[in-house]
Amino acid sequence: MSNILTIKNLYIEAYSEEKWQPIVKDISLTLKKGEVLGLIGESGAGKSTIGLAAMGYTRQGCRLASGSINLDGVELMGASDEDLRLVRGSKIAYVAQSAAASFNPSHRIIKQHVEAPVQHGIMSFSEAQKEAIKLYRRVFLPNPEKIGLRYPHELSGGQLQRAMVAMAMSCEPQIIVFDEPTTALDVTTQIEVLAAVKEITEKMNKAALYITHDLAVVAQVAHRIMVLRNGRLVEEGETRALIRKPKQAYTRELLNVRSLREEKNESEKMDVILTVKNVAATYTGEENVLEDINLTVRKGRTVAVVGESGSGKSTLARVITGLLPATQGSINFLGQDLPLELKHRTKDNLRRLQMIYQMPDTALNPKQTVRRVIGRPLEFYFNMSGKKADDRIRELLSSIELEPDAYINRLTTELSGGEKQRICIARALAARPDLIICDEVTSALDQLVAEGILDLLQDLQNKTDISYLFITHDLATVKAISDKIVIMLEGKIIEQGAKREILTPPHHEYTDKLLSSIPEMDPEWLDNLLDERLDSFI
Amino acid sequence: MKNVICHILKRIGASLATIFVISLIIFIGVELLPGDVADTVLGQSATPETVEAFRKELKLDLPPHIRYVAWLKNFVQGDFGNSLANKRPVAELISWRFSNTLFLAGTTALIAVPLAILLGILAAFYRNTLYDKVISTTTLSFISFPEFFVAYILIALFSVKMELFPSIAMIDPHMGLGRKFYTILLPALTLTCVVTAHMMRQTRAAIINVLASAYIEMAEIKGIRRLRIIIHHAFPNSLSPVINVVAVNLAYLVVGVVIVEVVFVYPGLGQLLVDSVAKRDLPVVQASGLIFSITYIGLNLLADVLSMLSNPKLRQSQF
Repeated sequence: MSNILTIKNLYIEAYSEEKWQPIVKDISLTLKKGEVLGLIGESGAGKSTIGLAAMGYTRQGCRLASGSINLDGVELMGASDEDLRLVRGSKIAYVAQSAAASFNPSHRIIKQHVEAPVQHGIMSFSEAQKEAIKLYRRVFLPNPEKIGLRYPHELSGGQLQRAMVAMAMSCEPQIIVFDEPTTALDVTTQIEVLAAVKEITEKMNKAALYITHDLAVVAQVAHRIMVLRNGRLVEEGETRALIRKPKQAYTRELLNVRSLREEKNESEKMDVILTVKNVAATYTGEENVLEDINLTVRKGRTVAVVGESGSGKSTLARVITGLLPATQGSINFLGQDLPLELKHRTKDNLRRLQMIYQMPDTALNPKQTVRRVIGRPLEFYFNMSGKKADDRIRELLSSIELEPDAYINRLTTELSGGEKQRICIARALAARPDLIICDEVTSALDQLVAEGILDLLQDLQNKTDISYLFITHDLATVKAISDKIVIMLEGKIIEQGAKREILTPPHHEYTDKLLSSIPEMDPEWLDNLLDERLDSFI
Repeated sequence: MKNVICHILKRIGASLATIFVISLIIFIGVELLPGDVADTVLGQSATPETVEAFRKELKLDLPPHIRYVAWLKNFVQGDFGNSLANKRPVAELISWRFSNTLFLAGTTALIAVPLAILLGILAAFYRNTLYDKVISTTTLSFISFPEFFVAYILIALFSVKMELFPSIAMIDPHMGLGRKFYTILLPALTLTCVVTAHMMRQTRAAIINVLASAYIEMAEIKGIRRLRIIIHHAFPNSLSPVINVVAVNLAYLVVGVVIVEVVFVYPGLGQLLVDSVAKRDLPVVQASGLIFSITYIGLNLLADVLSMLSNPKLRQSQF
């Protein structure tokens, strides 16, 4: 079989600090008809850049520096804008990470779908519409005849992502570039999209580049895998061989499934520090988004609240912190009932209950230095200033494993994502809290960085006996960090208990669906699962 | 759709409340004007007796809140009172002037809005090229000159040098429509120069802002032509800021064109207002002020409703 895509010695540069700097270095790859190549690596590895370069496209501020990109006999390097335009969409198509952002909010789904074939002169409008409906059926969209008439905001995230997979197929391209198509989705939704991807690549025999940071996901769809780091190739191999016997240390690190932490026994004698009793809450005043929530957190323990988006887990955090006052029930913290509304809580209430957020970028003031960020709670709660505060800030920085001298005077914008999250942790610790609510604190971070954060939280707990209420949709994180698991669905707790109890069968029906949806490294996993669930799919 | 109507009704209610507050402000403002109306109007013939009689006739001897309620009640019914200067009904004076102002504003809008949006789209399309810079600089220079300067330059050029258009835009009710357009072309052009830059720059900025979105990148990757991307993908999503800036400029065309009206001796409402202030013709001042406010608020309301309808998400969502 001949190669339909050949990239040779590709260098891509980005303009930063007033000069062109290479971000993709000496990458070569080939893709045969019907073959799926996985590109894997952490952020900054250059995998999306390579995916776009396969279409002769670079983002603003980047340029293709040297090398060759040969797509089905056409050299894209140095091709004119018009020649590139003719290739894009028709011969090679792209599925973006965030379908919600990549669909134009002003136009109906099907109108965007047929645009490429009509504009490329491949089909007439009505033909393209008929094809679109066929494709919607193939990617398992509900009500394929009518769904295209909706606007993007009327579809769920998983549906949009499948509609985008269908859209990429609209011109019957040779190659599809999938750029993290499931990263923003819940595990159960991820399955639906992966099934659509498989349908396209296997049954319709399309070649694909599949870009992701999740080895377990790529193992399900790719024939071969390339591991990238900092724009360079780390290693390349056939999927099974690479997973079974990675040659490079970095690949092994990525492969390392988080070890299951032995849960600490939860004896009845342990102090209960937080009791949430019969809590209900609402945003609109009519429908309850939380109902009948009961849970306890003990001293020095971690309770993980798990659920998909919309399950009410973040709302629960807002209710406990008082940002959204509960309409029913009580919240007992350290032996006393907390006022449900934030404004009625005392300074001491506030101090003892801290929170860390999902997006460290938005949780830190970009105009402030690390000293100011951590110093503020010290001043607010303990009236600390000057030398005393400075010493405490340094102590806190050491405890989050950042070198005080190197970081104390930096602006928060001069930190990496992982460092920012560490600063957020230090800010929470500065108040000497008894409980920290962690709302998806690792989901915006790369896998290895996230693991560092989880380790740090664990160490801090071992040292200070602090408790965590850990809100997440990522079951791997739950396995790694929790003592107790609370599973939420549609605003209710459907199951809770000690970690071992929850993770060993028999499960509640929904828990089972959640657990079985976590991709495993086994390349057969998806196929087996889809066979099992066939009934529910059709 | 029901929610949208509900929301629009709410906005109309809020606008009515605003207009009510403004009517109060106008009334109080006029009350606070220094000097006595009777004295000023009567001038030389003001004796204590005549002043007293005049005040009685105008009901100026009644307490302010009663006069305010009476004024507002009459205004709502279309009775704006009588002019102090010539005793004619204010409504009669204003309606002809106001329709002239609307005519000039409308003509200008017909030229300026499409022109500004087209130039804005082109500037966004040819962003950072020579063409973009030329358009930006030219339109910017036009708003940097005072209006009367632009007006006189146009007069010098088109009516003095080339003798194409009249320098005085004196229209009367008996003119045909074509003749009217011809007569007011120069003031309309002057105003076009003044308002185009603002709208064009906003259009350009709004489109360029949208060009950074992921769905624009998606359209590029789908191999769509650049011009189509700008018009079909970017423009519909930048409508909201464009509609707003257009509304503000239309409002300006109605309420802020007094200088141009004076230069071209155009019988518009702005000129009437200025004259009436000089003559202390308070019923006319109050009525004109309120009409201007209603125009301004009405246009902004219209802009809000239109930009809401231009967004499918808002069109269908719950408020």
